[in-house]
Amino acid sequence: MKTEILMPSLSPTMEEGSLAKWYVSPGDKVKPGDIIADIETDKALMEYESIEEGTIVELIVKEGTENIKVNSLIAIIETEGIEEINIRKVDNIKKIEPISIDNNEEVLSEEDNLDSADTTVEETKRLNKETTENQVVNELTVREAINNAIAEEMRLDEDVFLMGEEVGEYQGAYKVSQGLLEEFGAERVIDTPITEHGFTGLAVGAAFTGIRPIVEFMTFNFAMQALDQIINSAAKTNYMSGGQINCPIVFRGPNGAAARVAAQHSQDFASLYASIPGLKVIQPFSAEDAKGLLKSAIRENNPVVFLENEILYGKSFPVNIDSEQVIPIGKAKIISTGQDVTIISYGIGMMHTLDADKKLKELGISADIIDLRTIRPIDFDVIIESVKKTNRCVTVEESFPVCSVGSYIGSQIMIRAFDYLDAPVLNCTGKDVPMPYAENLEKAALITADEIVFSVKQVLYKD
Amino acid sequence: MKNTSVSKKELFELYHKMLLIRRFEEKAGQLYGMGHIGGFCHLYIGQEAVVVGIDSIKENGDQNITSYRDHGHMLACGMDPKMVMAELTGRFTGYSKGKGGSMHMFSKSEGFYGGHGIVGAQVPIGAGIAFANKYKKNKRVCFTYFGEGAANQGQVYEAFNMASLWKLPVVFVIENNQYAMGTSMVRASSTEEMFARGLAFNIPGKAVNGMNVLDVAKEAARAADHCRAGKGPFILEMKTYRYRGHSMSDPAKYRTREEVQKVREEKDPIDTLRSILIEEHKVSEKEFKETDAEIKGIVTEASDFALNSPEPDIKELWTDVYAG
Repeated sequence: MKTEILMPSLSPTMEEGSLAKWYVSPGDKVKPGDIIADIETDKALMEYESIEEGTIVELIVKEGTENIKVNSLIAIIETEGIEEINIRKVDNIKKIEPISIDNNEEVLSEEDNLDSADTTVEETKRLNKETTENQVVNELTVREAINNAIAEEMRLDEDVFLMGEEVGEYQGAYKVSQGLLEEFGAERVIDTPITEHGFTGLAVGAAFTGIRPIVEFMTFNFAMQALDQIINSAAKTNYMSGGQINCPIVFRGPNGAAARVAAQHSQDFASLYASIPGLKVIQPFSAEDAKGLLKSAIRENNPVVFLENEILYGKSFPVNIDSEQVIPIGKAKIISTGQDVTIISYGIGMMHTLDADKKLKELGISADIIDLRTIRPIDFDVIIESVKKTNRCVTVEESFPVCSVGSYIGSQIMIRAFDYLDAPVLNCTGKDVPMPYAENLEKAALITADEIVFSVKQVLYKD
Repeated sequence: MKNTSVSKKELFELYHKMLLIRRFEEKAGQLYGMGHIGGFCHLYIGQEAVVVGIDSIKENGDQNITSYRDHGHMLACGMDPKMVMAELTGRFTGYSKGKGGSMHMFSKSEGFYGGHGIVGAQVPIGAGIAFANKYKKNKRVCFTYFGEGAANQGQVYEAFNMASLWKLPVVFVIENNQYAMGTSMVRASSTEEMFARGLAFNIPGKAVNGMNVLDVAKEAARAADHCRAGKGPFILEMKTYRYRGHSMSDPAKYRTREEVQKVREEKDPIDTLRSILIEEHKVSEKEFKETDAEIKGIVTEASDFALNSPEPDIKELWTDVYAG
């Protein structure tokens, strides 16, 4: 009996991966537990074991093949039995296209939204790339951009170091810190025990002396254990000491919903941190912003909460800044200009916003699209100027609706531009429920481009 | 202070510092009662030998960090009593421009990193200061103080683990004054041997008579040597006692007046040192009286300075939220 061996799914967000190495050839006999291949994902290089006993008939996918969709056929094995099965063709292999935020036509479509965050072989080569010669790299994934920002700043300043769980020898739970241990050594790329409250406090103490820790949380869900140190110690000490003791520290890591990891691992903490005086809060969307803003965050003399996104890690963007350039904290970016409505978003909300914008264009609606990039402090100058032009505003974010970033922006627009408004400001947010696990419920809990289009039509009083 | 042959002059300095803390705290209690000090105010009376003994063996650049019961620590490390009292009374001339108060005071120049209001939070922060010492290879030691109550916080053990794993130069000083607010140690802790709390992490520990400043100094010097030799952290359990309530608003119903009185009469750290000065160094009553007068002057000056200082300008509300 011929049995299919399919590309396995090895992480919650994995939709495709690379076949790094075959350990078997046609004719080889295998039994359950034998390693037959290495599969590469964003998490790690994983050994793939056979669950069948039999003889390898054919390897469908060649060694080194990238972007192999989960569940596509990679090999055929002859096992005990007589029944023949139909063999499917490998037809799912798809190239990841770069996202251009200057040209919405090339922006992600909705079906790409949950694309794999896995690394490709090309990306791996570019990770930790030397950019000391000031060359402008034209296209980077968000993961590469963050990695490059850390590496560049660590080269510039010996007081900058990275600490967190699995940042060193494991090369980062999401491969963001890949190659840093090799370049900077274990004194500056520090693997911590699983002890968020403790290592966050320890890093805060180190920062009080003037050195500059970058604390990686494997996800911001785990930073909940360290909230006291982030809020009570890092954010407040400069004030409580009358300006004597500042805390130059970056707290960074993935934030927000990934895919199918349910309530305790899927939430956007932007509005929570943004309510704390003493913190600065950044949530970038594009790779260029991730790089330029992280470099600013590392040079910042105050604690910065830098919220990344697992789904965005693998997305490619044009990057037109060199190793000398930074992007200032607190400045929003106008992504495209229009007349009818202002749409304000940040982080992964921008992905849905840009998708919605394509649909709005088809409806003849033109929007000012503002990527906040920094959530604290918010760039209200750009917002108010835009709203005074369009007279209508929709905010888009992934977080919960109560006390959301959008609700604050709405109140500020009401205070600062009340006479210019032709409609109430509407907030598109995640639903007011803990994130469910079931695929259909999860989809319903998240914001969608269609909801944004619906809200825009509402503020324009269109049906 | 590393050897037993301590000179009269050195002993008198210790006496002077302990008495300064005692009189300063008595004055603070008085000012609290008069409404000049607000909020929480935790007095250090009874525990003076701990900080004074440890400070006597510190080397240049060594740091210290503690909880909210921090006035004694600040005076011991050489911070100006006038500015401490000004901060207690919420004046602009205080160490934090009046924005920190009793529990949140700092002096980077004296290596004092606070003054922390959350029980136990200063322990990983202290380990982090020690981490920075190791990172900068500067041979400094961070003395990280906390009470036996804080010793039950989880983050203390997270800090112990990392401090031992990475051999950080930190002396964990557990000031065991026997009561965590109103709860005696036996009612809150499964074991009474606080010095042994680091054994699971391979951190050596020692119990010390925290009412005797010379014992404190001797064991602190050993602990600091251990750290400076690159052997990692050390735990000192200072057996001590606080005479006053947990804070000013504590009615102290959890212990008898007789219990407090017995400690004051039999173990008081200042009286103990006074006896040594009289017996071994023949210090005269006149010398003690001169010292008393001098300290009274310092405390009165601190109090006058504080009460005559202005409150922070209202514009200070908006400054120092962020560093420049």
